Amino acid sequence: MNQQNDTLENETPVSSTMLSAWTTESSVEREPQGLPDGWEMVIGLDVHAELATETKMFSPATNQFGGEPNTNIHPVCLGLPGTLPVVNGKAVELSIRVGLALNCTVQRCIFARKNYFYPDMPKDYQISQYDRPLNINGSIQLPSGHVVGVERAHMEEDTGKSTHVGDSGRIHDAGYSLVDYNRAGVPLLEIVSHPDIRGPEEAKAYAAELQAIVIAVGASDGKFEEGSMRVDANVSVRPAGSDELRTRCEIKNVNSLRSLGRAIQYEAQRHVDLYLAGDKPVQETRHWDEEGGRTRAGRSKEQAEDYRYFADPDLVPVDPSPQWIDEIRAALPALPRERRQALLDAGGDPENVAMAVQRNLDSLALVAVSAGAPIDKALVHIVNNLAVDGAEELNAEHFAALVTMESNGDLTSTQAKQVLGEMVESGRAPADLAAEHGFEAMDTSELDVLLDGIIADHPDEWQRFCDGENKLQGMFTGQIMKATQGKADGKVIAQLLASKKST
Amino acid sequence: MTDAPITGLTLAADIAAGRSSAVAALDGHLARIAEREDEIHAFNLVTADQARAAAESIDQRLAAGEDVGPLAGVPVALKDNMCTEGVATTCSSRILEGWIPPYDATVVQKLEAAGAVMVGKTNLDEFAMGSSTENSAFGPTLNPLDTSRVPGGSSGGSAAAVAAGFAPLSLGSDTGGSIRQPAALCGVVGMKPSYGAVSRYGLIAFASSLDQIGPFTHDVADSAALFEVIAGHDPQDSTSIPHQALTDAGVLSVSERLSEGVDGLRVGVISELMGSIDGFEPEVLAQTRAAADALAGAGAKVDEVSIPSAIYGLSAYYLIAPAEASSNLARYDGVRYGHREQGKANTGLMMSASRTAGFGAEVKRRIMLGTYGLSAGYHDAFYGKAQRVRTLIINDFERAYQDFDVLLSPTSPCVAFPFGAKADPLTMYLNDVATIPSNLAGHPALSVPFGTGADNMPVGVQVLAPMLGEAVMYQVAAEIERAAVAAGGAS
Repeated sequence: MNQQNDTLENETPVSSTMLSAWTTESSVEREPQGLPDGWEMVIGLDVHAELATETKMFSPATNQFGGEPNTNIHPVCLGLPGTLPVVNGKAVELSIRVGLALNCTVQRCIFARKNYFYPDMPKDYQISQYDRPLNINGSIQLPSGHVVGVERAHMEEDTGKSTHVGDSGRIHDAGYSLVDYNRAGVPLLEIVSHPDIRGPEEAKAYAAELQAIVIAVGASDGKFEEGSMRVDANVSVRPAGSDELRTRCEIKNVNSLRSLGRAIQYEAQRHVDLYLAGDKPVQETRHWDEEGGRTRAGRSKEQAEDYRYFADPDLVPVDPSPQWIDEIRAALPALPRERRQALLDAGGDPENVAMAVQRNLDSLALVAVSAGAPIDKALVHIVNNLAVDGAEELNAEHFAALVTMESNGDLTSTQAKQVLGEMVESGRAPADLAAEHGFEAMDTSELDVLLDGIIADHPDEWQRFCDGENKLQGMFTGQIMKATQGKADGKVIAQLLASKKST
Repeated sequence: MTDAPITGLTLAADIAAGRSSAVAALDGHLARIAEREDEIHAFNLVTADQARAAAESIDQRLAAGEDVGPLAGVPVALKDNMCTEGVATTCSSRILEGWIPPYDATVVQKLEAAGAVMVGKTNLDEFAMGSSTENSAFGPTLNPLDTSRVPGGSSGGSAAAVAAGFAPLSLGSDTGGSIRQPAALCGVVGMKPSYGAVSRYGLIAFASSLDQIGPFTHDVADSAALFEVIAGHDPQDSTSIPHQALTDAGVLSVSERLSEGVDGLRVGVISELMGSIDGFEPEVLAQTRAAADALAGAGAKVDEVSIPSAIYGLSAYYLIAPAEASSNLARYDGVRYGHREQGKANTGLMMSASRTAGFGAEVKRRIMLGTYGLSAGYHDAFYGKAQRVRTLIINDFERAYQDFDVLLSPTSPCVAFPFGAKADPLTMYLNDVATIPSNLAGHPALSVPFGTGADNMPVGVQVLAPMLGEAVMYQVAAEIERAAVAAGGAS
């Protein structure tokens, strides 16, 4: 038994030609290029997702966002002399979940050291995966139908964070620097796409879909704003229709989907401008400047990075058994794409459907529909009225009952919105809440009498309304709402006004 | 020379039976340290106060009838590259100046659980890189048998501590021979376990795929007993061998085999390490043959065996070990602990100035070698090829073990040499030619004293065994020791 020999570099490297299954154009409709005629963008995304484990990738320290600096630490994640890493099995499981959700092949994998000096990296090397990553050869189908290839999704550890104390907060004129190692050793999954993305909107759609997937499978909380999900974009351009791959730049420091789109648009245009001027871009890492709306070159690198990767001799290969992979596969929840399809099949509007799934509230809509409520009303509530904390805990039966009451005319849309808000806060049933407020649909004959009185009080306005001054409809509607304290249904009022006008 | 040194097992038995006490045992050894340590410099730090507190506590527990463990009250010295909570751990390097580990190495916890009393941290070649202890930032250790000579290295302090009677037991670490070679040069028993038999957690890494902790003792029985204490699976070390595999192979009960003799065992003497390459002293070869003859006389079937790749181990080792070291030693950058050069304009300059000032010449040499060997464009020609040679060596040894139970060779090509005699690094590296293959293969190997060579200095004979073959290795070593004692008694 030569246990340690297993970790050495006698593995067959994965060749890039094995990974090109998805590089051909699919027939779906693509967004128009935001570039001068004759140019197209070639974009690949590297997404880092922090895995939602209790402890860090190789150490027993707590994996927790925030906290006092240097409190979630342990000798192992500080890389103290003599310490050794031990792989967090939960991190492997979550990584496999994502890999399977991305249609990847899950394989025996090896951890490698990526060597470079940086003060927020305690060992001055990062444990990552190199020529034998856990997940390879996957794909993501975007809502548009376009398929983007996923080259690999590999495990690695995060670094700490430096704070430069000085006038500008920048490193070059800092008086001193502070390092917080709370994040050092947090497990990351790096998902690397093929350069199959052709524009900013498609890039945003890819990142959003990947975010939805990692959240759906419980692998990560996927928050761009907290940095638990981070996107780097590799951008190049080429003459439209060509299959060449020109010099790319890697854009970092993109902290939202909106920034991602803007950064890509800026960078691609910069490349085109360079080519049109007879110049060309140099391969480099660039940082997105949100305020300036532009990318900037990082500090110039005198020599190319040489990370001197080699198999980490402190770790043994991770070889997930077929049974384990099958168990993980069997336990996977429905993926965003399937969930969207279920609502689309029920007749949902695609944009609202996408939003409902992204908010993880699609099951509310499905329950409402199966209870006989109309899907459009259910989705409108989800999209417009449920972007609040606690929405995910909403009782689906209650939500279905609410939408049904509204569609039956028992509640106006205004009342339904109010009741819904209180349902989220209190967890109570809509019928009880509606009854407490005295929300009962008004009899049309009651409204009829009320409207006659209002017309009598405003004869001039009524005449002008009948002569075609349609904006006065709002005045009459407002008067009725005022008289009924908002209980009247706007649609019913509109119908009443229309029928009275024509008589 | 003073009286024959008392062994750890004898001391443990005396303390357990009330004929001695932990405090008395400690005082006896501290007295010897007081007498000769200034001359020998085996220790970077003698922890007398902590040791006394520990010994007193053990005596109290013994008096209360507690089972304190198999090494209750026995002093033990630790190579200063094993982490000890609250006690400075330096690797004999300036770069770890002022660093105090906040945790104990697994072996330290195991020793404590066995009742052993740590008396101090022993000197070594800086970061265990060397074969003479001349590379220590705190000055060399002297060979207690002849202070004009080196004690070997890199665990020279641990070997000298046992040889000088400062402690009956000590631990060293062996990456390319760093336990076995100093054991041979100081006339004690030194053993490198199968890779993964002893936890590396808390051992400050030199080359992770090669490093193993092992015992220094006066005799084979002590070696077996100390090994049994420190061996075992450790969930904190991913390369640690599972408990079941260790017990199935008898690795955790090697003492049982010591009196079994060698009748019918097949012993192969490695031809390539018996003089076919330069640098082996004739007396060393003669003693190794005598040891083989003694085994044959005790009923073993002894034969020559050729392992052609064995001599290429040296070249492979000096690519693989520095490559791993270049990465393992990157963390000593002045940012978090240890030596930091002040007043530098930026972090990068601070790091390189701190490393330049903090590391000695040999460490820098190996970091540069290793960095080069892993660099883009050279990676496959150097590191990649060395790994393939390593695979060949493993295959060749495993083939040999189809025909032999153990293999035999000299531990070191020469006896202890005078200070400065091997100032050229390549000459020094050649010292490891016989010990390196076991590290590359991950196999266990042990050096047992057998007679003397030039200038009456001790010779060590190396017993090599297959993966997890500690039991048969100890069985054979015990026989060689009996023959050596018999021959010594006769002369």
